[in-house]
Amino acid sequence: MYDKNKIVAGLVIFVAIVTFPFWYNLGNASSAPEPKLSEKAKAAKECVVPKESMKSEHMRILDLWRDTVVRDANRIYNTGKGKTFNMSLSTGEESCTGCHDNKAEFCDKCHNYASVDPYCWDCHIAPKEKKPEENK
Amino acid sequence: MENSRRSFLKVAGITALGIGTKPVLDVFASSGGHGEEPKPEVYSNEKALTAEKWGMVIDTTKFHSAEDLAPIIEACHKIHNVPDLPDSKHEIMWLWEDEYKHVFTHREHELINDRIKHLPFLVLCNHCEKPACVRACPTKATFKRDDGIVLMDFHRCIGCRFCMAACPYGSRSFNFRDPRPFIKEENKEFPTRMKGVVEKCNFCAERLAVGKMPACVEASNGAITVGDLDDPESEVRELLRTNYTIRRKPDLGAGPSVYYIV
Ligand code: SF4
Ligand code: SF4
Repeated sequence: MYDKNKIVAGLVIFVAIVTFPFWYNLGNASSAPEPKLSEKAKAAKECVVPKESMKSEHMRILDLWRDTVVRDANRIYNTGKGKTFNMSLSTGEESCTGCHDNKAEFCDKCHNYASVDPYCWDCHIAPKEKKPEENK
Repeated sequence: MENSRRSFLKVAGITALGIGTKPVLDVFASSGGHGEEPKPEVYSNEKALTAEKWGMVIDTTKFHSAEDLAPIIEACHKIHNVPDLPDSKHEIMWLWEDEYKHVFTHREHELINDRIKHLPFLVLCNHCEKPACVRACPTKATFKRDDGIVLMDFHRCIGCRFCMAACPYGSRSFNFRDPRPFIKEENKEFPTRMKGVVEKCNFCAERLAVGKMPACVEASNGAITVGDLDDPESEVRELLRTNYTIRRKPDLGAGPSVYYIV
Protein backbone atom coordinates (compact mmCIF):
# COMPACT_ATOMS: atom_id res chain seq x y z
CA MET A 1 0.00 0.00 0.00
CA TYR A 2 1.45 3.32 -1.08
CA ASP A 3 0.50 6.79 0.14
CA LYS A 4 -1.42 5.35 3.01
CA ASN A 5 -1.09 8.56 4.99
CA LYS A 6 -2.28 10.75 2.19
CA ILE A 7 -5.30 8.55 1.56
CA VAL A 8 -6.25 8.42 5.21
CA ALA A 9 -5.82 12.15 5.56
CA GLY A 10 -7.87 12.70 2.44
CA LEU A 11 -10.59 10.44 3.74
CA VAL A 12 -10.68 12.21 7.04
CA ILE A 13 -11.02 15.55 5.32
CA PHE A 14 -13.68 14.18 3.00
CA VAL A 15 -15.75 12.74 5.84
CA ALA A 16 -15.34 15.91 7.81
CA ILE A 17 -16.64 18.01 4.93
CA VAL A 18 -19.55 15.71 4.18
CA THR A 19 -20.66 15.57 7.76
CA PHE A 20 -20.01 19.25 8.33
CA PRO A 21 -23.69 20.26 8.50
CA PHE A 22 -24.35 17.65 11.15
CA TRP A 23 -21.65 18.51 13.60
CA TYR A 24 -21.85 22.18 12.89
CA ASN A 25 -25.44 22.22 14.06
CA LEU A 26 -24.76 19.83 16.88
CA GLY A 27 -26.08 21.11 20.12
CA ASN A 28 -27.90 24.11 18.75
CA ALA A 29 -30.91 22.26 17.45
CA SER A 30 -33.82 24.54 18.12
CA SER A 31 -36.27 23.09 20.51
CA ALA A 32 -39.81 22.33 19.46
CA PRO A 33 -41.87 25.47 19.63
CA GLU A 34 -44.49 26.02 22.27
CA PRO A 35 -47.30 28.08 20.82
CA LYS A 36 -48.66 30.44 23.42
CA LEU A 37 -52.35 30.21 24.08
CA SER A 38 -54.25 33.40 24.56
CA GLU A 39 -56.13 33.89 27.81
CA LYS A 40 -59.36 33.39 25.99
CA ALA A 41 -58.23 30.13 24.46
CA LYS A 42 -56.95 28.91 27.81
CA ALA A 43 -60.24 29.72 29.44
CA ALA A 44 -62.15 27.90 26.74
CA LYS A 45 -60.13 24.75 27.55
CA GLU A 46 -61.04 22.96 24.35
CA CYS A 47 -61.05 23.77 20.70
CA VAL A 48 -63.23 22.54 17.88
CA VAL A 49 -61.79 19.07 18.23
CA PRO A 50 -59.33 17.74 20.85
CA LYS A 51 -55.94 19.43 20.97
CA GLU A 52 -53.95 16.58 19.46
CA SER A 53 -56.25 16.38 16.44
CA MET A 54 -56.15 20.11 16.16
CA LYS A 55 -52.35 20.05 15.98
CA SER A 56 -52.24 17.63 13.12
CA GLU A 57 -55.48 18.34 11.33
CA HIS A 58 -56.30 22.04 11.63
CA MET A 59 -55.35 22.72 8.04
CA ARG A 60 -57.69 20.04 6.79
CA ILE A 61 -60.46 21.27 9.04
CA LEU A 62 -60.00 24.78 7.68
CA ASP A 63 -60.16 23.43 4.17
CA LEU A 64 -63.39 21.57 4.88
CA TRP A 65 -64.88 24.54 6.65
CA ARG A 66 -64.14 26.73 3.70
CA ASP A 67 -66.19 24.52 1.40
CA THR A 68 -68.96 24.14 3.93
CA VAL A 69 -69.25 27.87 4.39
CA VAL A 70 -68.74 29.04 0.83
CA ARG A 71 -70.56 26.27 -1.03
CA ASP A 72 -73.26 25.16 1.40
CA ALA A 73 -73.76 28.35 3.38
CA ASN A 74 -73.49 26.43 6.63
CA ARG A 75 -71.53 28.65 8.94
CA ILE A 76 -72.08 27.24 12.38
CA TYR A 77 -70.20 24.31 13.86
CA ASN A 78 -71.58 22.61 16.90
CA THR A 79 -69.18 20.31 18.72
CA GLY A 80 -72.05 18.21 19.92
CA LYS A 81 -71.18 19.16 23.48
CA GLY A 82 -73.26 22.27 23.20
CA LYS A 83 -70.47 24.54 22.06
CA THR A 84 -70.80 26.41 18.79
CA PHE A 85 -68.22 28.11 16.62
CA ASN A 86 -68.41 30.49 13.73
CA MET A 87 -66.72 28.54 10.94
CA SER A 88 -64.40 31.30 9.98
CA LEU A 89 -60.69 31.81 10.21
CA SER A 90 -60.73 35.50 10.85
CA THR A 91 -64.13 37.08 11.26
CA GLY A 92 -65.82 37.61 14.55
CA GLU A 93 -65.58 36.56 18.17
CA GLU A 94 -66.30 32.91 17.60
CA SER A 95 -63.89 32.46 14.71
CA CYS A 96 -60.41 30.94 15.00
CA THR A 97 -58.67 34.25 15.52
CA GLY A 98 -61.49 35.42 17.74
CA CYS A 99 -59.96 33.11 20.32
CA HIS A 100 -56.39 32.71 19.12
CA ASP A 101 -55.86 36.39 18.87
CA ASN A 102 -52.09 36.48 18.66
CA LYS A 103 -50.86 35.28 15.32
CA ALA A 104 -47.18 35.72 16.11
CA GLU A 105 -47.33 33.71 19.31
CA PHE A 106 -49.74 31.11 18.10
CA CYS A 107 -49.77 30.47 14.36
CA ASP A 108 -46.33 31.70 13.45
CA LYS A 109 -44.47 29.86 16.19
CA CYS A 110 -45.00 26.45 14.63
CA HIS A 111 -45.31 27.59 11.06
CA ASN A 112 -41.91 29.24 11.23
CA TYR A 113 -40.38 26.24 12.95
CA ALA A 114 -41.79 23.87 10.35
CA SER A 115 -40.88 26.32 7.64
CA VAL A 116 -44.36 26.47 6.21
CA ASP A 117 -45.71 29.67 4.83
CA PRO A 118 -49.48 29.42 4.51
CA TYR A 119 -51.06 32.17 2.46
CA CYS A 120 -54.06 32.59 4.74
CA TRP A 121 -53.00 36.08 5.71
CA ASP A 122 -52.75 37.36 2.17
CA CYS A 123 -56.51 37.80 2.36
CA HIS A 124 -57.64 37.07 5.89
CA ILE A 125 -56.98 39.94 8.16
CA ALA A 126 -54.78 38.84 11.03
CA PRO A 127 -55.84 39.87 14.50
CA LYS A 128 -54.21 43.05 15.65
CA GLU A 129 -51.05 42.35 17.59
CA LYS A 130 -51.15 43.28 21.21
CA LYS A 131 -47.96 45.32 21.17
CA PRO A 132 -49.03 48.93 20.84
CA GLU A 133 -46.55 50.09 18.22
CA GLU A 134 -47.14 47.24 15.85
CA ASN A 135 -50.32 47.13 13.87
CA LYS A 136 -51.76 45.58 10.72
CA MET B 1 -54.56 9.56 19.81
CA GLU B 2 -56.43 6.79 18.04
CA ASN B 3 -59.58 8.10 19.51
CA SER B 4 -59.05 11.69 18.53
CA ARG B 5 -58.22 10.64 15.02
CA ARG B 6 -61.49 8.81 14.86
CA SER B 7 -63.39 11.79 16.07
CA PHE B 8 -61.61 13.98 13.61
CA LEU B 9 -62.59 11.71 10.76
CA LYS B 10 -66.16 11.91 11.87
CA VAL B 11 -66.01 15.66 11.87
CA ALA B 12 -64.32 15.62 8.52
CA GLY B 13 -66.88 13.29 7.04
CA ILE B 14 -69.79 15.31 8.28
CA THR B 15 -68.33 18.58 7.25
CA ALA B 16 -67.33 17.29 3.84
CA LEU B 17 -70.86 16.21 3.17
CA GLY B 18 -71.95 19.62 4.21
CA ILE B 19 -74.87 18.32 6.13
CA GLY B 20 -76.32 19.08 9.44
CA THR B 21 -79.06 16.57 9.12
CA LYS B 22 -79.96 14.03 11.71
CA PRO B 23 -80.17 10.77 9.74
CA VAL B 24 -76.49 10.65 8.85
CA LEU B 25 -75.44 11.63 12.33
CA ASP B 26 -77.60 8.91 13.72
CA VAL B 27 -75.79 6.44 11.50
CA PHE B 28 -72.52 7.63 13.02
CA ALA B 29 -73.93 7.26 16.48
CA SER B 30 -75.21 3.76 15.96
CA SER B 31 -72.22 2.44 14.00
CA GLY B 32 -69.44 2.61 16.59
CA GLY B 33 -70.06 1.11 20.00
CA HIS B 34 -69.31 4.49 21.66
CA GLY B 35 -72.88 5.64 21.92
CA GLU B 36 -71.86 8.46 24.24
CA GLU B 37 -69.49 10.29 21.93
CA PRO B 38 -70.65 13.79 21.06
CA LYS B 39 -71.95 14.30 17.57
CA PRO B 40 -70.68 17.42 15.85
CA GLU B 41 -73.03 19.21 13.51
CA VAL B 42 -72.83 21.99 10.98
CA TYR B 43 -75.75 24.17 10.09
CA SER B 44 -76.73 27.64 9.03
CA ASN B 45 -77.75 30.47 11.29
CA GLU B 46 -81.45 30.30 12.07
CA LYS B 47 -81.73 34.01 11.34
CA ALA B 48 -80.33 33.55 7.82
CA LEU B 49 -82.36 35.07 5.02
CA THR B 50 -83.13 32.52 2.37
CA ALA B 51 -84.90 32.38 -0.97
CA GLU B 52 -85.61 29.92 -3.73
CA LYS B 53 -84.18 32.38 -6.20
CA TRP B 54 -82.73 35.68 -5.13
CA GLY B 55 -83.39 38.71 -7.24
CA MET B 56 -83.06 42.48 -7.07
CA VAL B 57 -85.21 45.36 -8.20
CA ILE B 58 -83.60 48.79 -8.55
CA ASP B 59 -86.03 51.69 -8.69
CA THR B 60 -84.16 54.21 -10.82
CA THR B 61 -86.97 56.74 -10.51
CA LYS B 62 -85.74 57.38 -6.98
CA PHE B 63 -82.32 58.45 -8.19
CA HIS B 64 -81.52 61.83 -9.66
CA SER B 65 -77.78 62.17 -9.84
CA ALA B 66 -74.49 60.49 -9.08
CA GLU B 67 -74.64 61.88 -5.54
CA ASP B 68 -77.59 59.63 -4.84
CA LEU B 69 -75.61 56.57 -5.83
CA ALA B 70 -72.30 57.36 -4.16
CA PRO B 71 -73.28 56.37 -0.59
CA ILE B 72 -74.69 53.07 -1.82
CA ILE B 73 -71.54 52.22 -3.72
CA GLU B 74 -69.44 53.27 -0.76
CA ALA B 75 -71.41 51.08 1.62
CA CYS B 76 -70.79 48.04 -0.56
CA HIS B 77 -67.14 48.72 -1.19
CA LYS B 78 -66.39 49.55 2.40
CA ILE B 79 -67.77 46.42 3.99
CA HIS B 80 -66.19 44.20 1.36
CA ASN B 81 -62.76 45.77 1.52
CA VAL B 82 -62.85 46.79 -2.10
CA PRO B 83 -59.70 48.82 -2.78
CA ASP B 84 -59.69 52.25 -4.31
CA LEU B 85 -56.95 52.13 -6.93
CA PRO B 86 -55.68 55.31 -8.51
CA ASP B 87 -55.21 53.83 -11.97
CA SER B 88 -58.61 53.31 -13.61
CA LYS B 89 -57.24 50.36 -15.57
CA HIS B 90 -56.74 48.55 -12.28
CA GLU B 91 -60.04 49.58 -10.78
CA ILE B 92 -61.95 47.04 -8.70
CA MET B 93 -65.71 47.39 -8.77
CA TRP B 94 -68.50 45.42 -7.19
CA LEU B 95 -71.15 48.08 -7.61
CA TRP B 96 -70.73 51.11 -9.82
CA GLU B 97 -72.56 53.54 -12.06
CA ASP B 98 -72.80 53.91 -15.78
CA GLU B 99 -74.88 55.68 -18.41
CA TYR B 100 -78.04 54.29 -19.95
CA LYS B 101 -76.45 53.87 -23.35
CA HIS B 102 -73.79 51.59 -21.90
CA VAL B 103 -76.01 49.73 -19.49
CA PHE B 104 -78.93 49.04 -21.78
CA THR B 105 -77.01 48.89 -25.03
CA HIS B 106 -79.78 47.31 -27.04
CA ARG B 107 -82.40 49.81 -26.00
CA GLU B 108 -80.48 52.94 -26.57
CA HIS B 109 -81.39 55.51 -29.21
CA GLU B 110 -80.34 59.07 -29.82
CA LEU B 111 -83.61 60.75 -29.02
CA ILE B 112 -84.23 59.15 -25.67
CA ASN B 113 -85.74 61.45 -23.05
CA ASP B 114 -83.48 63.72 -21.08
CA ARG B 115 -83.97 62.15 -17.70
CA ILE B 116 -82.84 58.72 -18.86
CA LYS B 117 -80.07 60.12 -20.98
CA HIS B 118 -78.40 61.80 -18.04
CA LEU B 119 -79.33 59.48 -15.25
CA PRO B 120 -76.54 57.33 -13.81
CA PHE B 121 -77.54 53.68 -13.40
CA LEU B 122 -76.26 51.32 -10.76
CA VAL B 123 -74.67 48.20 -12.18
CA LEU B 124 -73.40 45.05 -10.56
CA CYS B 125 -73.20 41.33 -11.16
CA ASN B 126 -76.61 40.17 -12.37
CA HIS B 127 -76.44 36.79 -10.68
CA CYS B 128 -77.53 35.28 -13.95
CA GLU B 129 -79.78 32.31 -14.22
CA LYS B 130 -77.38 30.86 -16.78
CA PRO B 131 -74.10 32.45 -15.79
CA ALA B 132 -71.48 32.38 -18.51
CA CYS B 133 -68.79 33.02 -15.92
CA VAL B 134 -69.56 29.74 -14.20
CA ARG B 135 -69.35 27.82 -17.45
CA ALA B 136 -66.01 29.41 -18.23
CA CYS B 137 -64.30 28.95 -14.89
CA PRO B 138 -61.92 25.98 -15.11
CA THR B 139 -61.46 25.56 -11.38
CA LYS B 140 -65.06 25.92 -10.19
CA ALA B 141 -63.94 28.93 -8.22
CA THR B 142 -67.04 30.61 -9.61
CA PHE B 143 -70.22 28.68 -9.03
CA LYS B 144 -73.93 29.16 -8.72
CA ARG B 145 -75.67 28.41 -5.49
CA ASP B 146 -79.06 26.70 -5.42
CA ASP B 147 -80.65 29.96 -4.40
CA GLY B 148 -79.41 31.68 -7.56
CA ILE B 149 -76.49 33.62 -6.10
CA VAL B 150 -73.39 33.40 -8.25
CA LEU B 151 -70.47 33.24 -5.86
CA MET B 152 -66.73 32.94 -5.89
CA ASP B 153 -64.46 30.89 -3.74
CA PHE B 154 -61.47 33.21 -3.87
CA HIS B 155 -59.19 30.48 -2.57
CA ARG B 156 -59.69 28.54 -5.76
CA CYS B 157 -59.32 31.34 -8.27
CA ILE B 158 -56.18 30.97 -10.34
CA GLY B 159 -56.59 34.31 -12.04
CA CYS B 160 -56.99 32.99 -15.57
CA ARG B 161 -59.74 35.59 -16.17
CA PHE B 162 -61.82 33.32 -18.40
CA CYS B 163 -64.81 34.44 -16.36
CA MET B 164 -64.12 38.06 -17.19
CA ALA B 165 -64.03 37.28 -20.87
CA ALA B 166 -67.24 35.28 -20.56
CA CYS B 167 -69.33 37.72 -18.53
CA PRO B 168 -71.40 39.81 -20.94
CA TYR B 169 -71.88 42.58 -18.39
CA GLY B 170 -68.32 43.33 -17.37
CA SER B 171 -69.24 42.58 -13.79
CA ARG B 172 -65.85 41.28 -12.78
CA SER B 173 -62.61 42.93 -11.79
CA PHE B 174 -59.11 41.56 -11.63
CA ASN B 175 -56.57 42.34 -8.95
CA PHE B 176 -53.57 43.39 -10.99
CA ARG B 177 -51.81 44.38 -7.83
CA ASP B 178 -51.99 43.72 -4.15
CA PRO B 179 -55.19 45.48 -3.09
CA ARG B 180 -54.29 45.82 0.58
CA PRO B 181 -52.44 49.13 0.50
CA PHE B 182 -55.40 50.70 -1.29
CA ILE B 183 -58.03 49.82 1.24
CA LYS B 184 -58.57 52.93 3.28
CA GLU B 185 -60.26 51.34 6.23
CA GLU B 186 -60.18 47.59 6.56
CA ASN B 187 -63.34 45.88 7.65
CA LYS B 188 -62.14 43.12 9.94
CA GLU B 189 -65.33 41.19 9.42
CA PHE B 190 -64.52 40.44 5.80
CA PRO B 191 -61.31 39.23 4.19
CA THR B 192 -59.49 41.18 1.51
CA ARG B 193 -58.35 39.67 -1.75
CA MET B 194 -54.81 39.16 -3.00
CA LYS B 195 -53.03 39.96 -6.21
CA GLY B 196 -54.04 37.69 -9.06
CA VAL B 197 -57.63 36.88 -8.24
CA VAL B 198 -60.87 38.04 -9.76
CA GLU B 199 -63.68 39.48 -7.67
CA LYS B 200 -67.24 40.71 -8.00
CA CYS B 201 -70.47 41.33 -6.08
CA ASN B 202 -71.38 38.40 -3.84
CA PHE B 203 -74.95 39.51 -3.18
CA CYS B 204 -73.80 40.04 0.40
CA ALA B 205 -73.94 36.29 1.01
CA GLU B 206 -72.12 36.82 4.29
CA ARG B 207 -74.82 39.22 5.46
CA LEU B 208 -77.78 37.15 4.29
CA ALA B 209 -76.23 34.29 6.27
CA VAL B 210 -76.67 36.21 9.51
CA GLY B 211 -80.05 37.69 8.73
CA LYS B 212 -78.96 41.03 7.35
CA MET B 213 -80.08 42.59 4.08
CA PRO B 214 -77.38 43.41 1.52
CA ALA B 215 -75.46 46.58 2.29
CA CYS B 216 -76.67 48.35 -0.85
CA VAL B 217 -80.29 47.70 0.09
CA GLU B 218 -79.72 49.19 3.52
CA ALA B 219 -77.99 52.24 2.11
CA SER B 220 -80.51 52.89 -0.65
CA ASN B 221 -83.44 54.39 1.27
CA GLY B 222 -85.80 51.93 -0.30
CA ALA B 223 -84.62 52.30 -3.88
CA ILE B 224 -83.15 48.79 -3.98
CA THR B 225 -85.15 45.75 -2.99
CA VAL B 226 -84.03 42.14 -2.88
CA GLY B 227 -86.16 39.09 -2.37
CA ASP B 228 -87.39 35.81 -3.67
CA LEU B 229 -88.27 35.87 -7.36
CA ASP B 230 -89.96 32.49 -7.03
CA ASP B 231 -92.31 33.63 -4.31
CA PRO B 232 -95.35 35.41 -5.80
CA GLU B 233 -95.97 37.07 -2.43
CA SER B 234 -92.51 38.59 -2.11
CA GLU B 235 -91.81 42.28 -2.22
CA VAL B 236 -89.74 42.00 -5.39
CA ARG B 237 -92.56 40.20 -7.16
CA GLU B 238 -94.98 42.88 -6.04
CA LEU B 239 -92.68 45.54 -7.49
CA LEU B 240 -92.33 43.61 -10.73
CA ARG B 241 -96.09 43.20 -10.94
CA THR B 242 -96.87 46.85 -10.45
CA ASN B 243 -94.02 48.53 -12.32
CA TYR B 244 -92.56 48.40 -15.79
CA THR B 245 -89.10 46.91 -15.47
CA ILE B 246 -86.23 46.11 -17.78
CA ARG B 247 -83.14 43.94 -17.53
CA ARG B 248 -79.73 44.25 -19.10
CA LYS B 249 -79.21 42.53 -22.45
CA PRO B 250 -82.04 40.02 -21.97
CA ASP B 251 -81.65 38.80 -25.55
CA LEU B 252 -78.39 37.09 -24.62
CA GLY B 253 -80.32 34.55 -22.64
CA ALA B 254 -78.21 34.82 -19.50
CA GLY B 255 -81.31 35.54 -17.44
CA PRO B 256 -80.13 38.38 -15.22
CA SER B 257 -81.76 38.57 -11.79
CA VAL B 258 -81.40 42.33 -11.49
CA TYR B 259 -84.40 44.33 -12.68
CA TYR B 260 -84.64 48.07 -13.22
CA ILE B 261 -87.75 50.20 -12.81
CA VAL B 262 -87.28 53.03 -15.30
S1 SF4 C 1 -73.33 39.11 -14.50
FE1 SF4 C 1 -71.44 38.22 -15.25
S2 SF4 C 1 -70.34 37.68 -13.37
FE2 SF4 C 1 -72.48 37.97 -12.79
S3 SF4 C 1 -73.41 35.93 -12.94
FE3 SF4 C 1 -73.78 36.95 -14.91
S4 SF4 C 1 -72.06 36.26 -16.17
FE4 SF4 C 1 -71.48 35.85 -14.05
S1 SF4 D 1 -60.13 33.99 -13.07
FE1 SF4 D 1 -60.66 32.74 -11.28
S2 SF4 D 1 -62.90 32.80 -11.15
FE2 SF4 D 1 -62.34 33.54 -13.21
S3 SF4 D 1 -62.42 31.73 -14.51
FE3 SF4 D 1 -60.31 31.88 -13.81
S4 SF4 D 1 -60.21 30.64 -11.92
FE4 SF4 D 1 -62.40 30.99 -12.38
